[in-house]
Amino acid sequence: MPNELKTAKVSDIVKDVTRSFDSDVASNWYSNLLELLSGGKSYYVLLIITAVIVFAASFTTLNALNIGYRHAYNVTREIPWGILISTYIFFVVTSTGLCIVSSIGHVFGVKDFMPIAKRAVFMSIVTITVGFTVIFFEIENPFRMALYNVISPGLTSNIWWMGTLYGAYMVFMIIEYIFLLLNMHSIAMYAGLAGLLSGLAAHSNLGAIFGMLHAREFWYGPYLPIYFIVSALASGCAAIIIFTYLGYKINNEKMDKPMERAMEVVSKLGALMVAVLIFFNVWKIITGFVGGAGKQEALTAMFAGPYAFNFWFFEVMLGMLLPFALFLYSKGKNIPMMFLASVLMTVGIFIMRYDLVVIGQVVPSYHELGVNEYKGLLQYRPSFYEIMVVVAGVGITALSFMVGERVFKGHKSEIH
Amino acid sequence: MRKDKIDLDEFEKEDMNGVSPMERREFLKIGLAITGIFAGGTLLSAVSTMSRVFASADEYAEKYPYKPHYSMVMRQDRCIDCERCMEACIVTNDVPDYGYRTTILQKDSPDAIGQKREFIPVLCNQCNNPPCVRACPTKATYKDKKNGIVMMEYKKCIGCKTCVVACPYNARYFNEEKHAIDKCNFCVDTRLSKGEKLTACAAACPAGVRIFGDLSDTGSEVYRLIHQIERPVWVMRPEVGAKPNVFYMKG
Repeated sequence: MPNELKTAKVSDIVKDVTRSFDSDVASNWYSNLLELLSGGKSYYVLLIITAVIVFAASFTTLNALNIGYRHAYNVTREIPWGILISTYIFFVVTSTGLCIVSSIGHVFGVKDFMPIAKRAVFMSIVTITVGFTVIFFEIENPFRMALYNVISPGLTSNIWWMGTLYGAYMVFMIIEYIFLLLNMHSIAMYAGLAGLLSGLAAHSNLGAIFGMLHAREFWYGPYLPIYFIVSALASGCAAIIIFTYLGYKINNEKMDKPMERAMEVVSKLGALMVAVLIFFNVWKIITGFVGGAGKQEALTAMFAGPYAFNFWFFEVMLGMLLPFALFLYSKGKNIPMMFLASVLMTVGIFIMRYDLVVIGQVVPSYHELGVNEYKGLLQYRPSFYEIMVVVAGVGITALSFMVGERVFKGHKSEIH
Repeated sequence: MRKDKIDLDEFEKEDMNGVSPMERREFLKIGLAITGIFAGGTLLSAVSTMSRVFASADEYAEKYPYKPHYSMVMRQDRCIDCERCMEACIVTNDVPDYGYRTTILQKDSPDAIGQKREFIPVLCNQCNNPPCVRACPTKATYKDKKNGIVMMEYKKCIGCKTCVVACPYNARYFNEEKHAIDKCNFCVDTRLSKGEKLTACAAACPAGVRIFGDLSDTGSEVYRLIHQIERPVWVMRPEVGAKPNVFYMKG
């Protein structure tokens, strides 16, 4: 009996799915694709420019594969993690943030957040894919990873957990998006919940990769896994405002009341998260200055040394203070102002990730020994090839976003 | 228990005859502790060497968990930077010119009286609690169950370089030819497994700096050097808690 029930249910779902594919959804996609080909002029100019950038950057990146990372990238034995790691973090943080913020609406049922859900889920899939693409060009043997992650799992390793959980996360998010498209919201909700849980676990593990390296004082401790979740929320809010605002521009539409309300609550959540980030940063710095010599040195480099401009201008001004002020000043109503705040914040957060990764390595292992080789701080500047990987990542995100807006018709949702 | 004060007036001669062995030992201990403190920031005093160098030797059911428990003692002040150890390592283990498994660091002390420069050979510390092994996602690097050497299984290495960042001793680098992280393994594949008793670097050293051996063997030289209290023995970066098996001493 239970078996029969099960098959009946499954066949129902299959029928539902095929019916939806047969009728509206499939034909919609088809007509939307046609519509893409007859879009506005400026949209096309932008689309073509982005495509050219992506092509050029990808070509350069593939060339880096050819000449070998040791020659193409500026990472060294002493600083093996550079801008590609921080860019990977940037993209997966954005993805996790989009997932968390959108889940408030369509997983937990908070009505105000519902209108942003579809676009956010779509962009979270795009950004996680771009994140994986960037890390593909960072890791020396990505194909071995696919094999040995499965047959020789290192269960004490945060990298293993992060990779595995992010893999699961990506699958759940894709399932969720498909069912959102099919308007099968209860299945979408469960997939969204699974995506949210795996995303949270994956993301705190990403923080723990750094937080559990006890030889690196700048990172070590429970701070980073927690901080990563908070900063994901901040990133997610900024990304939602940016993509929604631009999406409406591309589609040349005016926001309706529920969407305006959604933007308002997202900007308020964003402002709150920036406030939490400021709080986190203040205490990180204060506690750091009473810590070990290595940590103090790294903090001084960030505060008053070679990374001071990055820290004060990008992290503090663009990443935190200005967006916080603009979010408050806009009162959640002035959407162009909120858009500006989100763009500044995203730029600031990008540099924040870079500083986090690089400054954690500038104090050499044998620094305190006082040997001639490691008296000063180490240096790292991204190479042309590394920057091109980043450009390709940003370009693919922009391109997918632009195409997605047209193909999925502004991600209009019929969530009731 | 309160110890009696030594009253010098009661002594016929100011020699050590009147001082009890207990007091003498206490005094020596203070001296050794002070030597330890002044000899460097990362240095541990050699008073009761074994309990200090491992920082928490009690954690081990047995003092040395491996058999043989390979270890190296660097008699640091004997190093003259001839770099024969580095050359021997490169030849024996096929190390490329952009990397190294062992190197020699230089430290200048301009304010010192007499000799102003010293050389500090470094290599993988084959830690008992290796941060690199914990961090590896595919168990490409692991602690050999028999001899405790931190090994690489090159074909499993995905090149994420987490172990390179995790290592407190800068002992790892990416080897392009092997498509994997490479590191010192005490020449286990190139020499020890072929019946040699010493690593290439230890065998090549003309000054007797690198003393290699089995710590679990009470008759070995490394055991004798570490289980004495006359001269300070220390390890690099003890605060990390990696419990290294490479020890340093002078004299």
